[in-house]
Amino acid sequence: MEVVPSIRPLLAILISGIAAILILLTGEDRKNLREFWTLLAAILKFFVVISMIPTVLSGKVMEYTLLTLSPGIALQWRVDALGLLFATLASALWIATSFYSIGYMRGLQEHKQTRFYFCFALALHGALGVAFASNLLTVFIFYEILTISTFPLVAHKETPEAIAGGRKYLAYLLTSATLILFSIGFTYYLTGTLDFKAGGFLENSASNSLLCVLFITFILGFGTKAALMPMHEWLPTAMGAPTPVSALLHAVAVVKAGVFCVLRVIFYVFGPKLLFDLNLGLLLAYFASFTILASGMLALVQDNLKKRLAFSTINNLAIIILGAALLSPSAITGGIFLIVGHGFMKIALFFVAGAIYVQTHKENVSELDGIGRAMPVTMGTFAIGAMGIAGIPPLVGFISKWYLGLGSLEAHEIIFLFVLILNALLDIAYFFPIIYRSFFKVAQEPLRAGIQEASMFMVVPAALCAVLSFWLGITPNAFVRFFEMALIATKQILKLG
Amino acid sequence: MTTSSYPILIIIVPLMTSFLIPLVGWWRKSFCYPLMIAALSISTFSSFATLNEVIEQGTLHYYLGNWDPPWGIEYVFDHLNAFVAVIVSVISLLIGISSKSMVEREFSQKATYFYCLFLLQVTGLLGIVVTGDAFNLYVFLEIASLAGYALIAIGEDGAPFASFNYMLYGTVGACFYLLGVGYLYILTGSLNMADLARLLPGLYHSKVVLMAFAFFIVGVAIKMALFPVHVWLPDAYTYAPSAVSSLVAPLTTKVGAYVAIRIMYTIFAPSFTKDLVPAATILSWVSASAILFGCILALAQTDLKRMLAYVLVAEVGYIALGIGLANKNGLTGAILHIQNDALMMASLFLAVGVLASKTGLRSIYQFKNIHKKMPITMAIFVVAALSVIGIPPTCGFFSKWYLLLGAIDEHQWLFVAVLLASSLFNAILFFRVIEIVYFSPSEECEHGAGPEGKSLDEAPLSVLIPMILLALGILLLGVLSGKIISTIIQFAIPKGL
Amino acid sequence: MMIGFYAMIGKKNLVKKVVGMNIFQTSIILYFISIGSKKGGTIPTVEHGHGAAIQAIQYINPLPHVLMLTAIVVMVSTFGVAMALIIMIYRKYRTIEEDEILKLRR
Repeated sequence: MEVVPSIRPLLAILISGIAAILILLTGEDRKNLREFWTLLAAILKFFVVISMIPTVLSGKVMEYTLLTLSPGIALQWRVDALGLLFATLASALWIATSFYSIGYMRGLQEHKQTRFYFCFALALHGALGVAFASNLLTVFIFYEILTISTFPLVAHKETPEAIAGGRKYLAYLLTSATLILFSIGFTYYLTGTLDFKAGGFLENSASNSLLCVLFITFILGFGTKAALMPMHEWLPTAMGAPTPVSALLHAVAVVKAGVFCVLRVIFYVFGPKLLFDLNLGLLLAYFASFTILASGMLALVQDNLKKRLAFSTINNLAIIILGAALLSPSAITGGIFLIVGHGFMKIALFFVAGAIYVQTHKENVSELDGIGRAMPVTMGTFAIGAMGIAGIPPLVGFISKWYLGLGSLEAHEIIFLFVLILNALLDIAYFFPIIYRSFFKVAQEPLRAGIQEASMFMVVPAALCAVLSFWLGITPNAFVRFFEMALIATKQILKLG
Repeated sequence: MTTSSYPILIIIVPLMTSFLIPLVGWWRKSFCYPLMIAALSISTFSSFATLNEVIEQGTLHYYLGNWDPPWGIEYVFDHLNAFVAVIVSVISLLIGISSKSMVEREFSQKATYFYCLFLLQVTGLLGIVVTGDAFNLYVFLEIASLAGYALIAIGEDGAPFASFNYMLYGTVGACFYLLGVGYLYILTGSLNMADLARLLPGLYHSKVVLMAFAFFIVGVAIKMALFPVHVWLPDAYTYAPSAVSSLVAPLTTKVGAYVAIRIMYTIFAPSFTKDLVPAATILSWVSASAILFGCILALAQTDLKRMLAYVLVAEVGYIALGIGLANKNGLTGAILHIQNDALMMASLFLAVGVLASKTGLRSIYQFKNIHKKMPITMAIFVVAALSVIGIPPTCGFFSKWYLLLGAIDEHQWLFVAVLLASSLFNAILFFRVIEIVYFSPSEECEHGAGPEGKSLDEAPLSVLIPMILLALGILLLGVLSGKIISTIIQFAIPKGL
Repeated sequence: MMIGFYAMIGKKNLVKKVVGMNIFQTSIILYFISIGSKKGGTIPTVEHGHGAAIQAIQYINPLPHVLMLTAIVVMVSTFGVAMALIIMIYRKYRTIEEDEILKLRR
């Protein structure tokens, strides 16, 4: 694979880092300038990222080394298909979330907005650093930047619940970080290198049982951020944060970074062959299936809308991991593509939840009767997003589900096909009532007169993401060619290309 | 013998200036501060120049009075030496700059004597670092200690008593060291470190050598505040005035650790410390307990400064663990941590000193929302706190990484667990403070005007600039640690490890 | 040395502690000086005006003596600082018994 040296990866990462400092310096007094920095950075970042797409799609990788951290480990970024996919998604969704945040934060007249935008920009800095990192140590550095910068966001409201939520967030994530650090240290001890290599680099470096233990510590560590059960508890509790934060956590950066790192570990540290030989792939698949079904069932009983969406995210992330764990070409492609699809669909759903909250201050599903008629565009967006998650064609979710189904057949494990089908039913079961009630039921208490659609800042991003889910479902390679990136990533992983 | 005069300037300038200052102060008081800063700057510049020469040419020898060793006293500069000398002089310069405001405020009549003692303390510390003669080290050790006792006693409330206790402990420690030197002198007839290193291997079977080693280690442990003989530290550093604690806290214990490295690996060969006597093993177990006890006891404190003093005990434990692991990675981590801890402790104690003097408050729970009045100070506190916890990209992460690798190399899983668990304890510790400061509801503010009735505002510039420089150092020296290790530290590791 | 050590730890009166510290340090100084002694050796001063070659072996070792001069100076300065501290403590607490001071400090 040809390597093209280029400073663009570093540039893309630094843009939001610099923006964060600018935001901090601009402060509360010049609000519009401060929001301008966010939007400017988001758009610039997106353009730098997509400028790298042609090179990567032609099979090359772009690399930039900053300095050596340790013998054999450098602070280095390498843009390959998988990393570029995640980065494109994150930067695109940041644009949407930035517009949305302006509407949301100003609509609710939230406090400490400078701190909010500062941490947001830093979080994106961390996310792209994770996406492009070429070795485990660089990943870890930016992974931690992501954790620390999102902590003030989770505890933003500063109520006792918010602070407790923040504490839980930190407790889970920092504990998992120590596990990750141990795994990284041990990997370095075993092999003397930490560079990601498609197909893995841990083969023949230690006894089988030791490798199994190492795999488990890695998965426990990175899996916490990916909200794999039983380390998922922080995610529903973090729903106490403002909605743009939840959108960031779920769709844009945090859990996606977690699942991305899990994929990096599976495919670029251990490798499909090693995992298949050790039967760890199957073990992980069973774990993921348990999470899928349990979270689906838990979603059914949540009344708080955002908590229900949280369990839906846990559900989808586990499906991505399932796809990866099946280790077959279609499953891997389907899983990777679901990162994109879920991002767009879930963010639309969260935007709707936030819009509803701003307009009506209602948070629970049971209170949403009839709201569809007052806010048709908003709830229509919700309907599209929900159907997409459930995997109904022609939305983008269906493509992933289809490939995953194919993948489980390729891997000769039919049971997972049943898991996926069961999951689709559960999805319909917990989303459909919301759509039904909001459009077809009459409000029990009369809705406040004059409830209308939320501000343009909020509705437009939401609707746009829903439309994109539709569009990407029909032509998955529209605009930035996400699907092709997923295919190339699969090929690189399985060394087929 | 080197012909450059930079080596001797490091010691002579502060020493002579400390004698000059009382005279100058008698004549015109306002000249003392600039004189002190000038002396410290010359010293810092000389130490950098010396480090440069050492990097280019290798070990430097400077014979005092042109007497050849082993009869004369020589100053030896190898990579370890020169590196620690740079750290000591830079931190002293920064703290010296920042001491002005505290001195003016608290005891302006005695400012002259303060500056004189300050310089003597610095002279003593630098002398310990640069000397190549075992008895000369004792002399400088006592200079530093006596100046320290006097400086600490200037503080508030319990300071004289705390200093008295410190004096008792410190004297015992220094006398044990002296006893060790005496035993070695009986056996070998030499006091020169290099000479001892040459003569001792033939004598390792002797009981006297073992006794000497034991006395050395216990004496240095007292000076270094290694658990369980750390007892003098919390009281002494809590009650000392802020300029003093910010000087002694980062430096005294680190210089003590340097002495430990010299004894264990230069005077006595590494094979003695590792294999003949299980000293390294014992040291590593003791330091593991130091880390744990330091963290746990710190959790129990409500006084912010006292909490930091216990954190310091834990940090000394890290360095001692690195020394005790006795392998390349462990010692790299220890030496890197000497640098990092000096930076972190200096910024923490400076920040807390500013907080205490501006508000007159000591307890953690009283600092709610203080970041509104003192944003930069609190930001520096946060950066230093992240470094103590070990979050990349701050420098604290990198020394912990090497310590971790060192522990994994030795298959000491308990130490790995201790290292990781202590990061979590530190996280709890510091995030408790961060939460109280940043995330309390905006109305609560227990500190109104400062004790003099002035309104609270940011720290004075003479304190702010050193703090900002230190914080920048923490952030930048982290990623530059690879460079530091490859140019300096890897040559500082004794052969045979 | 042990007597001094015991006094430093066991006695409550601050002055007695300092006395103990002194005994401790003095014992080490004596030990060093004793190192230098030789059977049948004489004091290491060369009488003026001899001109003959000096046989070092007849004199006891002067180096420990020299080292101990430094150590004595250190001991005296430490003692001075200790006394100053005790005066400061006395001014503040009006007592120099350790247990009473600890009670007053609580």
